[in-house]
Amino acid sequence: MHFKRREFLQIGSLATASLMMPKFLKAFEKPAMVPAGNKVVVVLQFSGGNDGLNTVIPFGNDIYYRERQVIGIKKEDALSLTDAAGLHPSLEAFKGLYDEGNLGIMNAVGYPNPDRSHFRSMDIWQSASGSNEYVNTGWIGRYLDAQCKGCDKPTQALELDDTLSLALKGNNNKGLAFKDPRKLYNTSNEKFYKDINAAHPKTEETVDYLYKTMSETLSSADYIFKQSKMNPTTQSYPATELGKNLKTIASLIMSDINTKVYYVSLGSFDTHVNQAQQQKKLFDELNGAVKAFTTDLKSNNRFNDVLMMTFSEFGRRVSQNASNGTDHGTANNMFFISGGLKQKGLLNEMPDLLNLNDGDLKHTIDFKNVYATVLDNWLGVNDKNILGGSYEKMNFI
Amino acid sequence: MASSTRLKNQHLLWRAGFGPMAENVAELNEISTKDLWKKLIDSSTETPQKIDIAANPFEDKTMMNVDGTIMEYSKLDADKKRAVAKQGREDLKDMNITWLNLMINSKAQLREKMSFFWHGHFACRSNNAYFSQNLVNIVRSNALGNFGEMLKAVSKTPAMLQFLNNQQNRKGKPNENFGREVMELFTLGRGNYTEKDVKEAARSFTGWGFDKTGEFVFRKSVHDDGEKSFMGQKGNFDGDDILNILLKKPETATFITKKIYRYFVNENIDETKIKYLSSRFLKNDYDIAKLLEDIYTSEWFYEPQNIGNKIKSPIELLAGIRRYLPLTLDNDDAQLLFEKVLGQILFYPPNVAGWAGGKSWIDSSTLMVRLQIPQVLSSKDLLDIRPKTDDDVNMGMSEEKRIKLGKKNVYSASGASATIDWDIISKIFQNTARPKLSQAIIDSLLQTKGRIDSSLLSNYLNNESRESFIKSVVINVMSTPEYQLC
Repeated sequence: MHFKRREFLQIGSLATASLMMPKFLKAFEKPAMVPAGNKVVVVLQFSGGNDGLNTVIPFGNDIYYRERQVIGIKKEDALSLTDAAGLHPSLEAFKGLYDEGNLGIMNAVGYPNPDRSHFRSMDIWQSASGSNEYVNTGWIGRYLDAQCKGCDKPTQALELDDTLSLALKGNNNKGLAFKDPRKLYNTSNEKFYKDINAAHPKTEETVDYLYKTMSETLSSADYIFKQSKMNPTTQSYPATELGKNLKTIASLIMSDINTKVYYVSLGSFDTHVNQAQQQKKLFDELNGAVKAFTTDLKSNNRFNDVLMMTFSEFGRRVSQNASNGTDHGTANNMFFISGGLKQKGLLNEMPDLLNLNDGDLKHTIDFKNVYATVLDNWLGVNDKNILGGSYEKMNFI
Repeated sequence: MASSTRLKNQHLLWRAGFGPMAENVAELNEISTKDLWKKLIDSSTETPQKIDIAANPFEDKTMMNVDGTIMEYSKLDADKKRAVAKQGREDLKDMNITWLNLMINSKAQLREKMSFFWHGHFACRSNNAYFSQNLVNIVRSNALGNFGEMLKAVSKTPAMLQFLNNQQNRKGKPNENFGREVMELFTLGRGNYTEKDVKEAARSFTGWGFDKTGEFVFRKSVHDDGEKSFMGQKGNFDGDDILNILLKKPETATFITKKIYRYFVNENIDETKIKYLSSRFLKNDYDIAKLLEDIYTSEWFYEPQNIGNKIKSPIELLAGIRRYLPLTLDNDDAQLLFEKVLGQILFYPPNVAGWAGGKSWIDSSTLMVRLQIPQVLSSKDLLDIRPKTDDDVNMGMSEEKRIKLGKKNVYSASGASATIDWDIISKIFQNTARPKLSQAIIDSLLQTKGRIDSSLLSNYLNNESRESFIKSVVINVMSTPEYQLC
């Protein structure tokens, strides 16, 4: 036999909820104002291993066409950046950003002894570990640990998804994941949770930890929902998933929220078969969403303070396979989009197609140098403790 | 304050197994922990029935050459490769559900729980379901036996050899992955070996591999039979010699004992107890059942600081709910979805180090899903959650598909609807007087010292009938942070 949820849990009205509101919730009623020029990072993850060579196309290189007889993108179809390289035809907004000086492209980024498993390589990128270490925290999570000692706002790093990525899990602090501020609010606005939370006395350490997580979730859900309604964007976004997510992010960037890092994913780029079609579909979604997002930020004078960076767990092999797709590879390119870039365009050499490692690109830049640069130059924190080592910074931001 | 007999017995059932069954509830006030332990061990003595779902794809006739020899996977055409991969994913799903059901229903609770522990210790991912199945069966049949024998058997499974790249470990071109992890994660632990030991171990394991039928082979031609210098010993070692040397090291006994203590007793180590337990473990030649007996028949295991302080892993939570609530699920996919969203999919540990456990299970999203599961199961409620895609796994679920649980008319294939047999629960408490009923149910569900405030709880209880009352206590109490602990 079944019975209705209302028999257990009653959705509390806002009025009764506010009567029950414990102290930590009240603390949120006056959120700290974000200082002008508050820098924000939006990490855009290409899940599944995006094919970098068909993203930034080395059309000046004969080896590219020799190795990719079917799937190689013709020079005349690519959106020319230089006389040697162009962008995938779908990335017209990226070409526009390039022309304005608001796009940076870093080639051949990777790490030593690359792993070709999606899951493992993604863990390495998200945890910023070496390929023979197993680290259970992510680089943004450890940023929260460093930044957020004693603060009870887990809204400094937000992920637009139903579940939280390793990247946002620290030892003591974790980011918060949600798809839609309203849905998050509705889920956590159960009177039952609020009641047991308010009535919980400090008891045992582990129980308290769970209550603390619940309490932060409930209060953050209210906070995020209110912030998201403060200055809802009027810019029109494509009705795609990435479009909706970037719209939510833009609305929050335009509010008073204290968020420094947003995390969002697009995929799957695992194009073993008929790559052209699948990659185009994803790039169309990417292009439309990023176009609306950057337009929105510009018209609200926030473009100089926001850095969007993209990455994927690996690139793909230089040669295409027999199914007009590509198999798992190694080094890959990253995009940096912002009105505040110090260096623009191609930030380094295109990948060397002559000097391969068993058919795969060799990395020339370790991604941890990129993280160190973003943490130090953009977010203004000491990157050494977060990355567990000293990495030379670059100058693009 | 001394713990009640019931609390101690439930403690034993949660740690040594997957929690009390509704039917057990009545006897737990009476039986002594020693007798209950004896029952647990007695029900786990039989050699377990193998999980037998995945067929050896290499025995499939359509994959053979015309002359009857086996075709190599890499030589199959694209369609056949896809079909093999798809079958593998289906098999892994079925194996997952089958094993989870054993954890819930098997009388051999102790064996399945220990197997689950070793599954995380000898953590391995293989998309070859047949390989994964062989590994889990080796772990299940050795789970209470001899650790050394299990280590040797596991080290020779195609699953592990493949996962840790020993197939590529050849004389003159060593691959150190297996040689390193066998010391770092399976035996000694970090800090107890040198980089030189890793290199020499890797040389010794050269030639260990598997053939295309999925059988272990020692490929003598690629084995480095030169002299090695390993942990202060010299000899023309092979892989077995290395494992034997590692098993003689007291550090191995200490490392395994500590891991078991952290997992089953307390995350905070008590060095005196570790010293005592691990010296006996070594002296008893790595007899796992004896080590467990030392723990579960001790008095300190039942001390208050060891009770109710462990965060249940997603599998422990799901199995625990289902052992207490006699329920029939309309569809097994829901369990896979919970595993994915909560971060623990059987046969897919995150990496060779296994699941980190403890507080790493908990973030805002996983906690809120955990709190909602009892309602979703009991009221056909909606849980609108989409797990992250894992391109290595996918588990047959299309990534474009939005999975909504419970909403039968929308995505019935993934519905989490369950039918709970509340009569069984009602019968257990039939002799409990109404004023004591709520407390009796709470005591059967929670292991923590702190309890949800009873006057607050009473606001949420349904007084229409005795059965409704019982249901509302069970579901509400299961929806609390306290229930996440055991």
